[in-house]
Amino acid sequence: MSARDTLLASIRRSLGVSGDEAPRRRVVADRLATHPVGVVPARGQVAPFERVALFIKMMEFASGTVDLVSEADEVPSAVADFLRRHNLPMQVRRGEDRRLAELPWQREATLEVTTGVSDGAQLASVSHAFGAVAETGTMVLTSGADNPTTLNFLPDNHVVVVDAKDISGDYETVWARLRNKYGVGIMPRTVNLITGPSRSADIEQTLILGAHGPRRLHVIVVGEP
Amino acid sequence: MSHVATSPRFKDNARAALADADLQASLKFVEVNFIARRREAADRLPEFEALRDAARDIKDHTLAHLDLYLEAYEARVTASGGQVHYAATAEDARQIVLQICRRLGARTVTKGKSMIGEELAINDFLEANDIRPIETDLGEYIIQLRGEIPSHIIAPAVHLTKAQIEADFRRVHTHLPADRNLVEPTTLLAEARGVLREKFLAADVGITGANFLVAETGTSIIVTNEGNGDLTQTLPKAHIVLASIEKMVPTLEDVSTLLRVLARSATGQEMSVYTTLSTGPRRADDPDGPGEYHVVILDNGRSAMLGGSFQEMLRCIRCGACMNHCPVYHAVGGHAYGWVYPGPMGAVLTPSLIGVDKAGHLPNASTFCGRCEEVCPVRIPLPRMMRSWREREFERHLSPATVRSGLAFWALFARRPRLYGWATGIAARMLALFGRAKGRFGWLPLASGWTRYRDFPSPQGATFQQQWRTRRKRSSDR
Repeated sequence: MSARDTLLASIRRSLGVSGDEAPRRRVVADRLATHPVGVVPARGQVAPFERVALFIKMMEFASGTVDLVSEADEVPSAVADFLRRHNLPMQVRRGEDRRLAELPWQREATLEVTTGVSDGAQLASVSHAFGAVAETGTMVLTSGADNPTTLNFLPDNHVVVVDAKDISGDYETVWARLRNKYGVGIMPRTVNLITGPSRSADIEQTLILGAHGPRRLHVIVVGEP
Repeated sequence: MSHVATSPRFKDNARAALADADLQASLKFVEVNFIARRREAADRLPEFEALRDAARDIKDHTLAHLDLYLEAYEARVTASGGQVHYAATAEDARQIVLQICRRLGARTVTKGKSMIGEELAINDFLEANDIRPIETDLGEYIIQLRGEIPSHIIAPAVHLTKAQIEADFRRVHTHLPADRNLVEPTTLLAEARGVLREKFLAADVGITGANFLVAETGTSIIVTNEGNGDLTQTLPKAHIVLASIEKMVPTLEDVSTLLRVLARSATGQEMSVYTTLSTGPRRADDPDGPGEYHVVILDNGRSAMLGGSFQEMLRCIRCGACMNHCPVYHAVGGHAYGWVYPGPMGAVLTPSLIGVDKAGHLPNASTFCGRCEEVCPVRIPLPRMMRSWREREFERHLSPATVRSGLAFWALFARRPRLYGWATGIAARMLALFGRAKGRFGWLPLASGWTRYRDFPSPQGATFQQQWRTRRKRSSDR
């Protein structure tokens, strides 16, 4: 017997089942197909503008910072402002996301924008989020050439752009959108749920921001919900 | 690294822990911080108790159908280009990891924090096979430098003071200037970050654990705050996930419920900083990510717990709330428990995994105050299960002769109410008579286990049952 069969057999022996029982198989198939929604906190179930306000409140609670811009064209200057505010070099790295590529970066003459992954040498990166969750102030980023995963973790400063209309009240809305975009049961290689900048409390439970990931997480919310 | 279980020596371990001033100073933080933060997080969410019920039900449902969810999960992992390996024992799992590392010619392996990794003692094993494992979670990194095992499942170095960590960094990081200032925790963290950054970029294989496996999508999930787990799994050629069978969850919706109770129960955060869902290896058009994705599914005694009195222990999501609220853990810390899993969850799980003959002391190290069950996000009846282990230990004649004869002696009276009432009545009168002068005893025959450490108060002269009868009579006379 293979290791797989041995393991399944010992689970079945303990549960007193054969694995062939039709009702059991139906219960499992149904749950996977219908993925019923459980207890969803009322906190995030609010009108669109309140939802954005809740997102900002929760992101700041998690030590992230948030800027609002009324249209995408203002993103480059918001990025430049962020860099200046923290005395950082005027350089950012981004992925190939079209929504980022189409921005008028040239308006910020001193800002140098490069594209690609991070190899650890970059101090700041810009990603475009798939969405965000107001309930806990959480960003949702998906992997790929558009927004490489290394940009989320290696640079010290991570700027994330999100469309206000993509901020949902709960995680469940995000899963529905992922199924819609990638197909049922299919996921991108990595989905990163990010709630604030990296931190550690491993030394005498003193909370310190900036462990292995970014020391700063700055979110730019674009447009109206 | 000492992975040989010292659980049989729990009493000696506990005695040493109580006398360890550094440890006692560190344990203060556990009691103060964790409890308050969890309380605040729970109070902020009105649905918290309903979420705990739902989390329990999800886990129960999954365990009852575990074979089928494993099959569904495996099909999805394979479809996304990943590979699932099955390991009945710790040794099987170690060999699987070694084969992957050897095939890739791996010289260094970075590791995210994994309790299954601890259970496998994978670091010792890799080192013995000339592969260098590097722990990257700050707490795990610190204890790896010290050759210790974690003393807490989510805060591995919680038993150490800042000064001890500084001394370790000075001892190991000899390439840095000896006169550098390491007084602040921030400078210690910055130093570890700098040292580990190079290791991340140089590693051949990255090993992480998994908080959850999602059957619907073939996804493994890690929940961290530092970002080390993500660098561990993103940068090397291969990502190996170590997960035990009970990490399975049916759907993304089910995961949402569990995530809503996990961080709040553990650190009191609304959500941990990084919750990462990984599905398969790097895709054709991905510019980064691991080229290979392997999941090692470990049994190691867990399937035998299904269908029995300890099945509910498999609901555990490793938040650490039970130990954070345990008066015994607060007093002796995690190392006294002698193996990978400390606190109340360890007291129930360890006998299942290494045998009650070795770990019988652990379920006895409880005051049965019930706080662990009160805070458990998946409502595991930990005190009842500790009692079950005590019964088994007694049935198998594993408890010491003095305990057995003491219990037999007590049972003789307890089964005969009149004899019990008569004997305790005499004892209460005698003790009241002899203790009248001082109101307490500094020594009593057969009770030195108590009186060696504190006085025994002298009774009033009547037993509880006698007083109860008198009061009832008085109230009915009125």
